[in-house]
Amino acid sequence: MTDGLFAFGVFFAAIFTNNILLTNYLGMCSFLAVSKELKTSFGLGMAVVFVMTCTSAINWLIYYYVLVPYDIVYLRFIAFIIVIAAFVQLVEMVIERLSDALYAALGIFLPLITVNCAILGASLFMVIREYTFVSGLAFGAGSGIGWAVAIIAMAGIRTKLNVRSKVPFGLTGAGITLIIAGIMALAFMGFAGMISIT
Amino acid sequence: MKSYKFRQVIKENVGINNPVFVQILGICSTLAVTNVLKNTVVMCAGLVFVTGLSNLTVSLLRKYIPSRIRMMVETLIIAAYVIIVDVVLKAFIPDISRQLGPYVGLIITNCIIMGRAEAFALSNPPTLSLVDGLSSGLGYSYVLLIIAFLRELLGSGAIWGFRVLGDWWINWNIMIMAPGAFFMLALFIWVVKGSFMKEKQAATAGSPQPASAGGKS
Repeated sequence: MTDGLFAFGVFFAAIFTNNILLTNYLGMCSFLAVSKELKTSFGLGMAVVFVMTCTSAINWLIYYYVLVPYDIVYLRFIAFIIVIAAFVQLVEMVIERLSDALYAALGIFLPLITVNCAILGASLFMVIREYTFVSGLAFGAGSGIGWAVAIIAMAGIRTKLNVRSKVPFGLTGAGITLIIAGIMALAFMGFAGMISIT
Repeated sequence: MKSYKFRQVIKENVGINNPVFVQILGICSTLAVTNVLKNTVVMCAGLVFVTGLSNLTVSLLRKYIPSRIRMMVETLIIAAYVIIVDVVLKAFIPDISRQLGPYVGLIITNCIIMGRAEAFALSNPPTLSLVDGLSSGLGYSYVLLIIAFLRELLGSGAIWGFRVLGDWWINWNIMIMAPGAFFMLALFIWVVKGSFMKEKQAATAGSPQPASAGGKS
């Protein structure tokens, strides 16, 4: 398989068969906390797509051009988290300067993203699976989109749920969200076997 | 007075303010590593180590950390301890280290640790912070161990890798896959919240809690 075709496969696998949220459980904290409204989850989803794509690319370059040549791979956690935090800060400042509308839509979610484990997780998975630069980038973008798809779908379900259903007391909030996430994970398992990446 | 405070902290973290089922923090790793009991024990040991020591360090440095960059400093302290855990695991138990994969690194972004550092260690003396870190680690651990025990038992009829249920048992494969984890945690929260929540509300209303700070990161 050529590299381009492989990257294409990785992209779709990251969205559907290996969805970072529903099969690898990453980014659950903000998934549970922010999925109450459709509009906010859309904003957060878009911010995650953008940050995850860019940080995967930067982290790939840092890993293979700095950490590996100097044999300091064990410092990758610190390197990745610094890249993510710095990138998020930078983007926040740029957006604030450039566009008020974009800042209002995405800006408030950016600080949340630094502690979103999906971003760090995507970089770590990328390194462990030894992707090339192009497929790493595809993996970052695909994982971000997969995460966004999952949180937007969940927000849609939860808004409906709030209107017309009586949830038992013990299940309100996190409990029912987890059960819905479980059912969504079951549904996404239907994609399994379509494409596989490893 | 002092031992009362310690007991209060431990009681909060293990019981009424448990990080996993009351504050719903640190869910990622709760779900990801609990399909096999052995991995869970390793993960919990790592987490207790990191929460305890990072809380202690943050508390020791709390007067010197400028408040604007405190998040960054806390993250770096946590990352340093996680690297220690990662290196030790790679050296002594490489099999489990490979199975845990990125989840060891993801201890850094586990909201429990950040939450405790931010909410507790920044404003409390070192010893108390150490106790707080260790006890919230333990509060997290026992929930994970219960879930891992049930998932491994139902999913592969085994405990600690040894088959305990006979041939009559048909494995619930779904339990060791993603959906099983979600359902199991949801049921656990349901049981705990349904049966103890009223008690908890009475307790929070009745007694003043010097240590409560709702660590939300």
